[in-house]
Amino acid sequence: MKQNFIGALCALAVMGGAFAQTPKKPAAKPAAKTAPAPAAEEKDAATLEFEKFRAEMEESNPAELFEMKGEEQWKTKRGPKNVSLAESCDLGQGVGKVEGAYVKMPRYFADADAVMDAERRIVWCMVEKQGFKFDEIAAKPFANANFTPDITNLVTYVAGHSRNMKIAVPLKDPKVREAYETGKAMAAYRAGPYDFSCNTCHGSDGKRIRMQNLPNLGTAAGAMKGVQGWPGYRMTGGVMLTHQWRMGDCFRQQRFPQPKYASDAIAYLLTYMIGNANGQVYKGPGIKR
Amino acid sequence: MEMNVTRRTVLRGAGSLGALSALIMAGVLKPTAAYAAEWNKAAFEAKDTAGALKGLGAATTADSNDLMLKVPDIAENGAVVPVDVVSKIPNTSSIAILVEKNPQPLCAQFDFANGAVADVSARLKMGQTSLVKAIAKADGKFYTAQKEVKVTVGGCGG
Amino acid sequence: MADPMKIRAQMKGDVAEVRILMGHAMETGQRKDAAGKTIPAHFIQSMTVEVGGKKVIDGQIGTSVSRNPVFGFKVKGAKVGDKVVVSWVDNKGDKRTDEAAVA
Repeated sequence: MKQNFIGALCALAVMGGAFAQTPKKPAAKPAAKTAPAPAAEEKDAATLEFEKFRAEMEESNPAELFEMKGEEQWKTKRGPKNVSLAESCDLGQGVGKVEGAYVKMPRYFADADAVMDAERRIVWCMVEKQGFKFDEIAAKPFANANFTPDITNLVTYVAGHSRNMKIAVPLKDPKVREAYETGKAMAAYRAGPYDFSCNTCHGSDGKRIRMQNLPNLGTAAGAMKGVQGWPGYRMTGGVMLTHQWRMGDCFRQQRFPQPKYASDAIAYLLTYMIGNANGQVYKGPGIKR
Repeated sequence: MEMNVTRRTVLRGAGSLGALSALIMAGVLKPTAAYAAEWNKAAFEAKDTAGALKGLGAATTADSNDLMLKVPDIAENGAVVPVDVVSKIPNTSSIAILVEKNPQPLCAQFDFANGAVADVSARLKMGQTSLVKAIAKADGKFYTAQKEVKVTVGGCGG
Repeated sequence: MADPMKIRAQMKGDVAEVRILMGHAMETGQRKDAAGKTIPAHFIQSMTVEVGGKKVIDGQIGTSVSRNPVFGFKVKGAKVGDKVVVSWVDNKGDKRTDEAAVA
């Protein structure tokens, strides 16, 4: 029966409303503890060569250009209601407070009665506080070569204010725990023409696709690999992309339908993955291949 | 406020910068001491390395161990290849960087003055595996160093 | 309007390390859009760096420099508080000047 529920949730993610649904009670009990981190993974020559240049790439990351824009947009009165996010948006740390907010999401927000990741929360603020239309934001949620949505700049700005802080998703909150468990079940849910689940690629140690090592999202270190560097400046195309985008891309690679932007389903999957990375240090917006 | 306008551009009122020149003539902007050199069209639009070197006036170059080129053996992504060039050759006044197999090999050229060290870093596009070349100019002579960078394709978004 | 640059300049010993991020498409003129039409070249052609009122770098750039360019330079004899002024002009005449102080 659990399979059917998750399938329904995935379908909901594709077709359903953005903020409406609260999770049904998941069937599984919380896992006692995540599996231990794998032993140091083997690295090939190419990976080692990439890493030699990694520090330099990260030190001067074009992501900072998007942070700058996001900061301006955060502080500017905008939207039909002509208010700034700085004076209206509570990311869980108090209205307007961005310091450390990113690493403490997803979290439960009572005003929205939903568990929200950072991007979903900022979209919620743009809609509820500034009066922007959700459908207009969701119509073009991600960057391309000619366009970077405001939400991407805003997420990058907020993420930049959690640099070098530890991930601390409040998993003790029962609503967050519920989201985590649902996300965990979703990660294991196999579907699509190839009968893939998230865990097919990201559920055990030592897997890779071509040049890329695939992290095991069930471990703290592995989950952090799925969190680190997002939002990220993508070298391919030179665009700034968010964690929501990356989740959608995993759906694409699984040959699933695209998930609905800023939906419950993505929030739950992110709660599972980011929650597993609790205690790991987030280095801020990254640079991705 | 944009102030660094080339005096030559101003004098010639060159096409694309015509409006800017008009502003300068109207006294809205004024050129400062920082005159940028005119873009070296012949060198940058050359379709091969020999043409680019000719455009730079560097038809003959000598290898030098005092010119160091730091590039990856394999590029993580050909769209963004980090490059670092350091010249220990005394009186290095200029460094140019080329990617041999790019449609237009010359990537950039920097002149140093007033304490600037002959040490530059940049990020380059590479369409395919190619030699990357650094050219340093010192006392009117040109020196070169080169290294191959492999460019791979494919993979997912990390 | 062109996007602002991000400029960082920091003393390391007696040398100021200047790092510059520029927001620019750096279109090569070789790419085609979805409809098969060539996307016209649009790229930064020249840039200058001034430290403490003196020009230290006079640069020329071609289409092989990456989108959203990043440059690093080193300048001897600079000191904390010196003004760093970076300017660029592209092939369409768009331009941008930004400032920072050596830290």
